[in-house]
Amino acid sequence: MPKDQGIGASTKRREDVRFLTGAGNYTDDINVHGQAYVQFLRSDVAHGRISNIDTSAASAMPGVVRIFTGADFEGVGGLPCGWQVTDRHGEVMKEPGHPVLAQGKVRHVGEPVAAVVADTLQQARDAAEAIELDIEELPAVVDMKAALAEGSARVHDDLSDNLCYDWGFVEENKGAVEEAIAKAAHVTTLELVNNRLVANPMEPRVAVGDYNRAAGDSTLYTTSQNPHVIRLLMGAFVLGIPEHKLRVVAPDVGGGFGTKIFHYAEEAFCTFAAKALNRAVKWTSTRSEAFMSDAHGRDHVTKIELALDADNNFTAVRTETYANMGAYLSTFAPSVPTWLHGTLMAGNYKTPNVYVNVKAVFTNTVPVDAYRGAGRPEATYQLERVIDKAARELGVDPVELRRQNFITEFPYQTPVAVEYDTGDYHATMDKMLELIDRDGFAERRKQSEAKGKLRGLGINCFIEACGIAPSNLVGQLGARAGLYESATVRVNATGGLVVMTGSHSHGQGHETAFPQVISEMIGIPEDQIEIVHGDTANAPMGMGTYGSRSLAVGGSAMVRAAEKIIAKTKKIAAHLLEAAEADIELKDGQFSVAGTDKQVAWGDVCLAAYVPHNYPLEDIEPGLEETAFYDPSNFTYPAGAYACEVEVDPETGVATIEKFVSADDFGNVVNPMIVEGQVHGGIAQGIGQALLENCAYDENGQLLSASYMDYAMPRADDLPEMSAYTVDHSCQTPCTHNPLGVKGCGEAGAIGSPPTVINAILDALNSGGHKVDHIDMPASPSRVWAAINSAS
Amino acid sequence: MTKVSMTVNGKSVSGDVAGNTLLVEFLRSDLRLTGTHVGCDTSQCGACVVHVNGEAVKACTMFAAEAEGAEVATIEGQANADGSLNTIQQAFQDYHGLQCGFCTPGMVMSAAALLKDNPKPTEAEVRSYLQGNICRCTGYHNIVRAILAASGQEVPAVAAE
Repeated sequence: MPKDQGIGASTKRREDVRFLTGAGNYTDDINVHGQAYVQFLRSDVAHGRISNIDTSAASAMPGVVRIFTGADFEGVGGLPCGWQVTDRHGEVMKEPGHPVLAQGKVRHVGEPVAAVVADTLQQARDAAEAIELDIEELPAVVDMKAALAEGSARVHDDLSDNLCYDWGFVEENKGAVEEAIAKAAHVTTLELVNNRLVANPMEPRVAVGDYNRAAGDSTLYTTSQNPHVIRLLMGAFVLGIPEHKLRVVAPDVGGGFGTKIFHYAEEAFCTFAAKALNRAVKWTSTRSEAFMSDAHGRDHVTKIELALDADNNFTAVRTETYANMGAYLSTFAPSVPTWLHGTLMAGNYKTPNVYVNVKAVFTNTVPVDAYRGAGRPEATYQLERVIDKAARELGVDPVELRRQNFITEFPYQTPVAVEYDTGDYHATMDKMLELIDRDGFAERRKQSEAKGKLRGLGINCFIEACGIAPSNLVGQLGARAGLYESATVRVNATGGLVVMTGSHSHGQGHETAFPQVISEMIGIPEDQIEIVHGDTANAPMGMGTYGSRSLAVGGSAMVRAAEKIIAKTKKIAAHLLEAAEADIELKDGQFSVAGTDKQVAWGDVCLAAYVPHNYPLEDIEPGLEETAFYDPSNFTYPAGAYACEVEVDPETGVATIEKFVSADDFGNVVNPMIVEGQVHGGIAQGIGQALLENCAYDENGQLLSASYMDYAMPRADDLPEMSAYTVDHSCQTPCTHNPLGVKGCGEAGAIGSPPTVINAILDALNSGGHKVDHIDMPASPSRVWAAINSAS
Repeated sequence: MTKVSMTVNGKSVSGDVAGNTLLVEFLRSDLRLTGTHVGCDTSQCGACVVHVNGEAVKACTMFAAEAEGAEVATIEGQANADGSLNTIQQAFQDYHGLQCGFCTPGMVMSAAALLKDNPKPTEAEVRSYLQGNICRCTGYHNIVRAILAASGQEVPAVAAE
């Protein structure tokens, strides 16, 4: 019988009611009395020197309040980077300035050059068009390898070259890896591209800056996954506003997928301009602006080598990756190709020797940063692709090749720093093979072939590092922030309670799932528990939501705060029941004395805390409010096995997904309905990357995919039908180091699916006698057709 | 400026609009009906779908002045009179057909238009109809389930441990 409350129940989401009735409160729904509107004038060239900006005619246009240019931001800090990577030679990364409005040069299409503030948006747009802007165009740096060549144009004149860092991990293992590869019985090599993507949450970014001159207080309403982080970065590093004079509110946020983690120029501008003008200032991104100003994702070019001994045991992995940083370092960009990528290169396998080299490169493109999975999809994609290639070269079963190399004993110390606490990779593999009905595949292939189609089965195993992250560890690795999470539990006098969490929900359903945990702990109904998030004025300092961390880290903080509450209520109950504290039990919202029928209800204890007439005032304070900060001792390691069957039409190159299954191990699950929804969404994004999506630049740095007319977002009919699709999370090895035993589920689908799809397409092509080892994503019909025809 | 009058969710409304004011701008800015969303600027995403004289329309593709005298329905007018969710809205909640909620108003309005014309659509028909509505969160799976369920057809229940 499924539970209807608490941990494990598929509680329906309470937030849905407002979203389904048009009563959500997204940032663009917020209007401050008297607000003015911003239109940014953005660079339409990738690289150039600003020779002239004349705003005089535009300034005189109707409704224009003021036009700001880079000159107004001299003396204002640039946008800071939150992670400093140290390279393989012990040098810190190059960290160029990142101005709010361009200073002297423009470095990517879409970089804001000027900002018009006007009474209406239309007036701001008209005036922006009237600004006279002359840019002396310079050669654009687009291709990463060309960017590192001698004599390349430089994105930043004050840097010696376009190399941000040359990272080696683990540098001390380099020699051992070389030796293992030299001695190997077989080495499989694969070169591939992890295509540049745009996260595309459906809500474009919005910022509303407000200023109260009487109090000297600034407020920013913004589409953020982590309002406290924005407050700290913008207040301390950009605008010089102390945190007690700056409130950041991220209300309902319409999806993030990583791209709303970062601190952006437009937020800083609106906050700055509101103070300068003593007037609220609002900016709403168009989708076209989003394509050229939201941080992009992925964009790695990689060569991977997998060495095997004569018995097909993996003996070494070596990878060399070029990682595109774009023109500036976005907030967490340096961490993605390094610590979020290199540490996962062991995958699910006991490969003893691993060496990862990453060259991060500046180019005249939009900055690249974390996008759903962030580094882990890039690691998984190359590893799982090269394993499949090795299986084909060796003529062995790709399932058995993986199985024989699986890590089976935990905890497991990888050669790339991280220690996996738990897992059972055979269990997820077994489940996946059962769900895909591998035994029936040969028959299905025959049926496809009878129709003139090629059918392929692709599999993939993956592991992630989530629940980001132990602060002392990431501090050593270059993070300029702690990665704990916070929660305050405020119990009201009549027993209901509010949890103020530093996590932020932008689709994940925290308002529903977090109360399930508290309900389980105390035994009161979920509807007596409210979740508050997204406002620095009422939540404790928190690090926000990304990296599948909310329940593992934020949920754990909430558990710790609730434990403090429970400990205090037991003291109060002991006093009221005239019993020893050690004998008090809490169950189903009732305190009782063990072995007796003496009881007092949760609500009566809460009331006593606020009306402390009969109360141990000499021992404990009145009131019931506790805060906890939880800093995890390790990452969590969700893992899974995915499979996909595709049918390829060799005449057209069209690949369609006929069957897709996932078997995930997320540890304990609080709300299975929400978990499955997260996996559905992740898989859709992964299939999108594999088959449809591509952020393309031409050789001049012009963004070719800058709208939904040329960036192929997955639509409902691009994805498999219900009967062809199963997501499963029944394999559960609970995390050993957080109090909930949870691992995180937000990114798995996006990590697990791209290699699955490509492996399936290659299997299909090879089954038809087309010796194709590689197709880059997205595997569009033209690419698949070309691969078939060049191989035939 | 032009004076425009129309009926929105059964109420008579009017306002002064510029010739290039879009219907979605009139709804959001003048009427403060912010449930209708704007997710793109090329009429691709469908977050702004409303009904005009009973037909699904992307409110970013129509000038407010073109809706003169029209009957407009938005997400704010979809719930039952007592505030409870209507059949389609309830199915979206029951089948977890939304996550961040941003595309949801457009999805619900599109679904209503579909089911009016085709009360028992097949799954393929639902997916085809939704080509004009982009969702980035759900992978559409549960949206499709919700719409089929709202049409009274049997669909697998949501996950339960």
